[in-house]
Amino acid sequence: MKRAIPILTILIALVVVWYLAAIALNAPWQNDVYRRGDVTNVPLTQFIADTWNQEKPVLPTPHQVAEELWNSTVMVAPNKPRSLLFHAWVTFSATGLGFALGSVLGIALAVLIVHSEAMNRSLMPWIVASQTIPILALAPLIVVIGFNLFTGTIGMPTDPARLLSKAIISAYLSFFPVAVGMVKGLRSPEAIQLDLMHTYSASANQTFWKLRWPAAMPFLFASLKVGVAASLVGAIVGELPTGAVAGLGARLLAGSYYSQTVQIWSALVAASILAALLVLAVGLVEKLVNRAMGARPA
Amino acid sequence: MTQFQHFLAIVAGGLSAAAVALSLVTPFETALVLKAFLLLGVASMLRFIVPLGLWVDGAFALLGAVAVLTTINVFSPIPPFFWMALVAAWLFSWLFVERLSKALAPRLGDNAGLGLLIPVVFGMTLLVAWEVVTRGANVPQVILPPPSMIGARIASSLGLLWIDFQQTFLKAVLAGYALGCGLGFLVAILIDRSPFLKSGLLPLGNFVSALPIVGVAPIMVMWFGFDWQSKAAVVVIMTFFPMLVNTVAGLNAASAIERDLMRTYAASYWQTLLKLRLPAAGPFIFNALKINSTLALIGAIVAEFFGSPVAGMGFRISAEIGRMNVDMVWAEIAMAALAGSVFYGVVALIERGVTFWHPSMRGA
Repeated sequence: MKRAIPILTILIALVVVWYLAAIALNAPWQNDVYRRGDVTNVPLTQFIADTWNQEKPVLPTPHQVAEELWNSTVMVAPNKPRSLLFHAWVTFSATGLGFALGSVLGIALAVLIVHSEAMNRSLMPWIVASQTIPILALAPLIVVIGFNLFTGTIGMPTDPARLLSKAIISAYLSFFPVAVGMVKGLRSPEAIQLDLMHTYSASANQTFWKLRWPAAMPFLFASLKVGVAASLVGAIVGELPTGAVAGLGARLLAGSYYSQTVQIWSALVAASILAALLVLAVGLVEKLVNRAMGARPA
Repeated sequence: MTQFQHFLAIVAGGLSAAAVALSLVTPFETALVLKAFLLLGVASMLRFIVPLGLWVDGAFALLGAVAVLTTINVFSPIPPFFWMALVAAWLFSWLFVERLSKALAPRLGDNAGLGLLIPVVFGMTLLVAWEVVTRGANVPQVILPPPSMIGARIASSLGLLWIDFQQTFLKAVLAGYALGCGLGFLVAILIDRSPFLKSGLLPLGNFVSALPIVGVAPIMVMWFGFDWQSKAAVVVIMTFFPMLVNTVAGLNAASAIERDLMRTYAASYWQTLLKLRLPAAGPFIFNALKINSTLALIGAIVAEFFGSPVAGMGFRISAEIGRMNVDMVWAEIAMAALAGSVFYGVVALIERGVTFWHPSMRGA
């Protein structure tokens, strides 16, 4: 409760600033409307209300965004392209698939790297270097190529092919934090603990499953949280190239083409809610795993 | 040699022998280098009688790479033994890397030059395999152009690449990076004096950094126009929060005992800030600067997908994909990779100079 008060205060301040900014940013257009309609002597309250309720505002107000969100989620059947739930589901499925692929790949690479010095020396620098590369620049390329490859050469139907080509981007983005975090985690047992395992004459397998793997769990979940957020960004960017018609990214792009600001903002808010839910879900799994492993609450 | 290295050596030698057997049907004059490499590969089995040095394996790998690269045009349907030679070359380079890393393992630290060789060999092997497979198996250029073609495209369109680089990196990225990091830093120092603001803003900052902020790109394009200003705005928003969160955490890094010492010196707030807390926050600030160096480039490139003038890396990537000029796309990606790595490297070098006293730097 003590932490909630400052956060709420800041949030309310943000909303107030948002409304004030909406007046300032939407005012020029509103003045234009009045001039063309030969309306003079508008009372200030009317003026402010008008700037807050434009059709295509420069900055939509929170209540407009909320209204659009409400209209496009609750008021529409969730299987219609009008519905944001439909788009969020499309993005979520690519995110989830990519996140799963990327995490498994990252963990597998980390295990290899921890166990082989040659792998460590030859792969690790490239994995780190790949982070300095703007990987998202590859996204449209991979989506287009993957889509053509899956539909053309392999003969997959359109929808799974599109899903898979987006999931590849998500996997690529989430594998890095998972791999790096896992390497750190698997190396986190100290020499004295490893020595203890040695005195028990534990096999390499036992050392791995009973010492290294549990010790890596906190690192794994910390990086999974980063990875799932990165996955979502990957899926959204993967929806930007032409051809994608569904998903939050496609919704953003369509809104940008037709200057539908309210639509852009509502898609953005939906993406944020989705991101928050995903991170929360990973946190929940972490709690469950911790409890199952008998960790004491910190 | 370890068991695994023995295994690698046997497979590499055996594969060479099988390839030699298969290649006997083709006339002897063709692909001399390839056959020489294969014969030497068979001869490498001698190692089970006379031990061979690890540099011999390096030479084998190099010879193999040269052999497959030079003979790729000789065959019109590629025979199986050619692919076996490629795999053998890969195995030799793996064996070389494996043995080199084993040899270097006991003396970590004093072999930076040799240690660097391992990732370089790995990268070169990858490039050779990419080149040989794409050209040998006739992979359509639309799917994956060979590296040599990308290199040629880079060399032939340097002017265009420079224009894009100017537009995206020199204008949007640098301006946005400086502004975003600067603002994050200033706001962090401002809210540092107010525990209330700090406890309110920090959870929000952490939350925002998990959000897909690139999504604001279309809004920024609408507000600031198509030119680089809108991209810089996206970069500012993306870099602001990591800087804010890290700087606030860094300002708390100085321990209570050190702060008490400053108080016994009767140091003012600003003296404590400048002489103790900001230097102590250095590693955190540089951490944010490093994270932001890659975020900034990503933000600018993605923002260009939402509309831009007829220049810029993101614009070129999306435009050339539409025309299926994939080699140009790869050229842009190579440029972006280079720019991103150099940017990161420069920040890391400055960090090494400024925070040389920190334990994480003293070890390296």
